[in-house]
Amino acid sequence: MTEINDIAFVGVGQTKIERNKLGDTFADMVYEATKKALEDAGMTMDDIDNVITTSNDFWDGRTISTMAVNDACGGGLAKNMSAVEGDGTFSSFYGMSRILSGTYDTTLVVSHVKGSESDNVYITNAIFDPIYMRPIGLDSLNSSALQMRRYMAKYGITEEQCAKVSVKNHKNALKNPYAQIAIDISVDDVLNSKIISDPLKLYDCSPVSDAAAAVIIAGGEKAKKAKKPVWVKGVSYTADAYFLGDRDLADASALDKAALEAYGMAGIEDPLKEIDVAEVYDAFSYMELMWYEGLAFCPPGGGGKLIDKGITEMDGELPVNPSGGLLSGHPVTPGGMIRLIEAILQVRGDAGEHQIDGVKTALAHGINGACGQSHCVWIVGR
Amino acid sequence: MTQKAGDQELIAYKSRIKVPYTWSVGEVGSRFLTEIKENQKIWGTRCPVCDFVFVPPKKTCTYCFVPVHEWTEVKDEGVLQTYTIARYKTDLIPQDSPQIIGVILLDGADTGLVHLIGEVPPEKIKVGMRVKAVFNKERKGHILDIKHFKPV
Amino acid sequence: MGKKRTAIVATGQTHHRSSRLDVNGIEMINEAVDRCLEDGDLTIDDIDAIVIGNMDHFEGINYVDMWSIDGIGGFMKPVFKLTTGGTTGSTVGQAGYYLTASGMFDKVLAVGWEKNSESDTTAAITTAFDPIWDRLVFAGAIGGLAVEAMLYLDTYGATEEDAARVAVRDRKHACNNPYAQLRKEITVEDVMSSPMLSDPIKLLDVCPRTDGACAVVYATEEYAEKICPKPAWFHAGAVKHPYNLLGDTDLVNLPSMQLAAKEAYQKAGIKEPLKEIDVMELYLPYSYAGLSWIEAMDLCKPGGAPKLIADGKTDMDGELPINPSGGVIATNCIGATALLRMAEAAIQIMGKGGARQVPDVKTALATGFGGCFWSDVTVFRSTKP
Repeated sequence: MTEINDIAFVGVGQTKIERNKLGDTFADMVYEATKKALEDAGMTMDDIDNVITTSNDFWDGRTISTMAVNDACGGGLAKNMSAVEGDGTFSSFYGMSRILSGTYDTTLVVSHVKGSESDNVYITNAIFDPIYMRPIGLDSLNSSALQMRRYMAKYGITEEQCAKVSVKNHKNALKNPYAQIAIDISVDDVLNSKIISDPLKLYDCSPVSDAAAAVIIAGGEKAKKAKKPVWVKGVSYTADAYFLGDRDLADASALDKAALEAYGMAGIEDPLKEIDVAEVYDAFSYMELMWYEGLAFCPPGGGGKLIDKGITEMDGELPVNPSGGLLSGHPVTPGGMIRLIEAILQVRGDAGEHQIDGVKTALAHGINGACGQSHCVWIVGR
Repeated sequence: MTQKAGDQELIAYKSRIKVPYTWSVGEVGSRFLTEIKENQKIWGTRCPVCDFVFVPPKKTCTYCFVPVHEWTEVKDEGVLQTYTIARYKTDLIPQDSPQIIGVILLDGADTGLVHLIGEVPPEKIKVGMRVKAVFNKERKGHILDIKHFKPV
Repeated sequence: MGKKRTAIVATGQTHHRSSRLDVNGIEMINEAVDRCLEDGDLTIDDIDAIVIGNMDHFEGINYVDMWSIDGIGGFMKPVFKLTTGGTTGSTVGQAGYYLTASGMFDKVLAVGWEKNSESDTTAAITTAFDPIWDRLVFAGAIGGLAVEAMLYLDTYGATEEDAARVAVRDRKHACNNPYAQLRKEITVEDVMSSPMLSDPIKLLDVCPRTDGACAVVYATEEYAEKICPKPAWFHAGAVKHPYNLLGDTDLVNLPSMQLAAKEAYQKAGIKEPLKEIDVMELYLPYSYAGLSWIEAMDLCKPGGAPKLIADGKTDMDGELPINPSGGVIATNCIGATALLRMAEAAIQIMGKGGARQVPDVKTALATGFGGCFWSDVTVFRSTKP
């Protein structure tokens, strides 16, 4: 198993997650996140020797979407650059690899999206192949609903158990100044909320938001000299089959594999005991339960029972999404990067009001593609 | 509704991207859609290594990554693996309300087909129910030559 | 762990065509991947991770990495996507290097592709530009390049025939490449009498639109020589993207190419490129680029390119053959194009070039170009770094 030594996250920054940042361009948001990350790291752009942007051409409404933010994060300074499309957890992996290659020692990875500028239905309909699935009218909402129904049918998960995720995360968000929707709701509020796509209800769904985020990764001496390094213990990512009918939507096989590999690198054998806090990609309430299983916090089908027992509450054995997760604010591309940022802050003891006590090891998780087709798992720690 | 940053009113500019497309279906897909169009039959392809029958058909097996050549006909009815009833505004589901999407495992196939479900009141739909393809009278070699699947 | 020396050990590409109706995008990608694996006598089980790139709006697919799983063999493998416009292929090609050099993966498959026949290329390219400031006045890719060409002619007193000679050379070279799309020789007169697109650029000065895919496998030093007797070792890579808005660019000298070439030469220890490099595969989307950009790369003094080319120094039997594959003017499947330059450079080092092989290649250079006048430069050698 590959061991990762001497790679650390040395700075993080994000904008507030909002429904519509009308006064900000993509570049404004990325600049804000970049500046914050540099300040957080006690660095200037002179310390950065390469930059990766993370964006999506469809969401941005422009081909070569990286162009919009190029100069906001170092392109204008002629840094070596690259651009990943997909979630920020994957681009961060690439940013780390470039340091491990020996060519660079400090990578700035930025991500952005303005969900407010487009129509989610059209943008996510384009995820589906034009020949077989797109003409049926699939999008992120109805495809996730298909998955939720399948998951419930296979394992007897209930809508109440899914609702508990929404209650937990929206309430946790009250302690996160960056969150968009921080509210104290009940299971009944969730169950009675408007049905979006059976069985998904309004409060089972994350909103479509605007935000940007940045992380700075360093290796070797640069990492050791950093103000507050958070070390990478393990990381892995895996993609499942593409066509919905090629998968059993109730099981996240790709996450099983990614988690196993990341745990192996980090030397983790009992995740429930050895991980102190987890930030997972809760684009929808039921997904968080599925990801508990993929992350081996419980056996397959056991996600509902885990939340019933209160294990993933702020005061539980393994708090999940103390930040409020994505249900309380979902900027698509920075989504996983913000999970990573939250995990990093937890290890540093800098998570403010939503800090969990005594965090030594944290997990961050991101997804890409429809119904969680691809997963990336990070383990970070002291 | 206008917003301001200080004294400055914020401008937003509405537009759309106009990029037309013509997607190649490919030889394998063309054969699949032609069988639907001309004969109202559904065919899949079978992997020589894992024996999975793919519907829609594939040229390469997803799991084994080997070329798939063998064609086999599957039934036009099967089991509903999952479904959803979309209750939000979407022009993209080609169905009048109620708009219902499902994944159907046709008899003889090993992968599910995503399609529309019709002629059934939403409260009567169940995972595991048997459904059958309803073909349009006028067909043009398109996945929507199948109008929807209805309960058997 | 980490810091491994790595090389391209296998390549594969489709027979590039203006339109491939017989395959959908996934199937077309699969052709290149299958050929690449065959070239290295590998199976998909040998591949540890995959990177892919194209330009989303050319095929209208969102999250292409997810959609292409059946074509790339990505089931249960690590996959992600990179996209940087015209430089996508080199971005992907360099990622193959970084991912293997990191020690995280031993063998990485890098795939670039485009099915340009499926869309209106100009409409899609126009969406690259800022919707508030540039998009309304910009006219696809040609407009900007025409301005650049005009400036070059004015500044150095060069002629349109000088530029035409670049196209003639590349189209001649393409005749030796069974994969190239356009495989018919043309003359300077043919170029000069072809329809004017945007003064001074004429139809035969520019690249075609192509359906095609390219795949390469990078392997670390533990595996490279077992897979390929003459691996193409990665020695240097530079990527410069300094500009976003058209009004900011310096149109005559292509500063991004100057910067990228300078950095690549320095990393690779190259002081006299014309002498020390044995072959170049350059991303020249149109003939005028073949003049100004080789000056930016320090092959000759500013204004000296027309003579270098007219003297035959960049022909197959010249001092520094350029584009033995026929280059972009013969084939342009945008997401693959820059990767094809790297694959062709690697093919030259591996000695697998057949009729387009330049004898005794030890150092090969590949470039990528795209976006807002962005440039990538990569250097491969037959010896380990």
